[in-house]
Amino acid sequence: MSNSQKAAQPTRRQLLTRIGITAGSVAMYQAMTKLGHAAGTDFTSPPDLGGAKPGTTVLVLGAGLAGMLAAYELRKAGYSVRVLEFQNRSGGRNISLRGGDTLTELGGATQTVNFAPGNYINPGPWRIPYHHRAILHYCKQFGVELEPFLQLNHNSFVHSSTTFGGVPQRYRDVMSDFTGYTAELLAKAVNQNKLDQPVTPEEKHDLLFAMQTWGMLHGKYDYTKSDLVSRRRGFAKARGGGPEGMPIPSDILPRGEVMKSGLWAWMAFYMDYDMQTTMFQPVGGMDMIGKGFAKQVGDLVTHNIEVKKIAQNTEGVTVTYKDMANGGAVGEAKAEYCICTIPLPVLSQLDIQVNAAMQEAIAAVPYASSVKLGLEFKRRFWEEDDAIYGGISFTDQPISQIAYPSHGSFSDGPAVLLGGYMFGPAAYDFAGMLPEERIEHALMQGAKLHKRYYQEYMNGVAVAWSRMPWTLGCCSMWSEEARRTHYKALTEMDGRIVLAGEHASTIGCWQEGALLSSLSAVTRLHKRAVGSA
Amino acid sequence: MRRFTIGFAAAAAACLCAGQALADAATTSTGGGVAAVNGQAIFQHVCQGCHMANARGAMGAGAGFPALAANPKLEAAGYPIAMVENGHGGMPWFNGMLSDAQVAAVVNYVRSHFGNNYKDQVTIADVAASHGAAPVTER
Repeated sequence: MSNSQKAAQPTRRQLLTRIGITAGSVAMYQAMTKLGHAAGTDFTSPPDLGGAKPGTTVLVLGAGLAGMLAAYELRKAGYSVRVLEFQNRSGGRNISLRGGDTLTELGGATQTVNFAPGNYINPGPWRIPYHHRAILHYCKQFGVELEPFLQLNHNSFVHSSTTFGGVPQRYRDVMSDFTGYTAELLAKAVNQNKLDQPVTPEEKHDLLFAMQTWGMLHGKYDYTKSDLVSRRRGFAKARGGGPEGMPIPSDILPRGEVMKSGLWAWMAFYMDYDMQTTMFQPVGGMDMIGKGFAKQVGDLVTHNIEVKKIAQNTEGVTVTYKDMANGGAVGEAKAEYCICTIPLPVLSQLDIQVNAAMQEAIAAVPYASSVKLGLEFKRRFWEEDDAIYGGISFTDQPISQIAYPSHGSFSDGPAVLLGGYMFGPAAYDFAGMLPEERIEHALMQGAKLHKRYYQEYMNGVAVAWSRMPWTLGCCSMWSEEARRTHYKALTEMDGRIVLAGEHASTIGCWQEGALLSSLSAVTRLHKRAVGSA
Repeated sequence: MRRFTIGFAAAAAACLCAGQALADAATTSTGGGVAAVNGQAIFQHVCQGCHMANARGAMGAGAGFPALAANPKLEAAGYPIAMVENGHGGMPWFNGMLSDAQVAAVVNYVRSHFGNNYKDQVTIADVAASHGAAPVTER
């Protein structure tokens, strides 16, 4: 910026942008919280489907959450609903694995889960943000008990293979030091009038006060080893009682290493709206939600149905299928309307009679590959040895993270943690391994964070979503271009067919997106059926 | 034992730019980019997750992953290049995740293995000419 611009007062946005560039997104975020703005998902209440002509028929394809919610709301409104499902279970990607379960993936590998009674892993969705109003609403309505999901744990590890000698650091220490150093740099720049544009005296005062308090700065805005800083990052010699109770402050990490480590990325992670606390999980496993939905509409569902063709004309929809429970016998189901929740990688290979724009849209959204591992250990060493109760440790290794159970703290006996959860290249790589190889690699990488990993390991299961026969992937992967070009065509009702599922929402990969797309679909179908649209 | 090459620089770039982060992906880290350089290694680390180690694909719910083995569609090299770069249906785009050299290497590998015996080699220039800017994945 030239000097001639100094006279101009910065707008708030300019100020924020400058803070962002100078000090990184964390400081930017901190400054932004003073402005405050946020909004939840657009769920307010269940749809009003009044005035339906009783007995109007609807075929729902897929008994995941989107399909089952559509069936529930439509039947309640007087529609005659039938649900066809490929699997021999309902729930779709809402699934939990427990001891005795078996999982056969494409390629033929079958895993048998050997977890102890009561233990489980959620290979699909595993947490629910407090602002995902639709799923919270239906959990309450269907009696699905929720408990807190421990998302952010300051005592978990963040691990960079290439900094701090590859030694895992506590989130708390990196958070304290990154915050402190960033605040120090920004405060000194502001105090010495080194920003490239003037800040009003009021803003300067406010910023300095904020940085000093937020960063725990001393004197002339220094971030240094001190009792004050140790009240955030913990003491080297812990606080105690009596004459020997005086604490000794902890050393701070070197600034260059903190910045270079990239570990600040995990601070930003928790700032994403969908990753913010408070979060919830169903008591006993995520599939309690699917089971809660199935309790409402299970009588409408026919399992083991492999859809081959979806045709429509002005009278209605005809679905041709193979009934796998009856030797693959070909059958037909007819209805006046159809809600299709079949995952797009499958749907794009089926014969579906919709307009060209929707056809193109169906083929334009691949699903991400993702792998999740559930590992059972003899005891909760992460609690007993490392004082980690729930939360997530992040690593730059392919496993990406280790997440600890939110429930059952302090209990004895075997416990299950999430031993890896990855997308992108690491997921492609893990998906291409045999299940036992995935576990071998997960143990090798996890042992970099927990010394006792191998000694305590009992058994595990490794779920590669691209190899699940019924989804061929984890969840929709939209490019910005595809969203601009294809989203409208994908979601608009075409004749008597409308699509639903997380892929038909802007909350992709979340159960909330599946539910909201379903509510949108039934609402539009209803308007159409009663002749008001 | 397969070896992972870790590069946090690549991971950071991926998480901030390419944005392979998905909503319920607890992580923006991809554990680094694709380090493999030769065709066989790229096939093993990327392609066989869906197309299987023997490249014969697999069938699921009335749909699946096509076989690359003995696949006559590979005769025109432009077809596999376009599929890898742009994706279609369940096939994701790799434009932005794999370099032009990596795409050329893996296409050449698949076209000369698994019962495919095409003699012509695709070049990095062929790949470069086949695609535009990488799509931006939504975060």
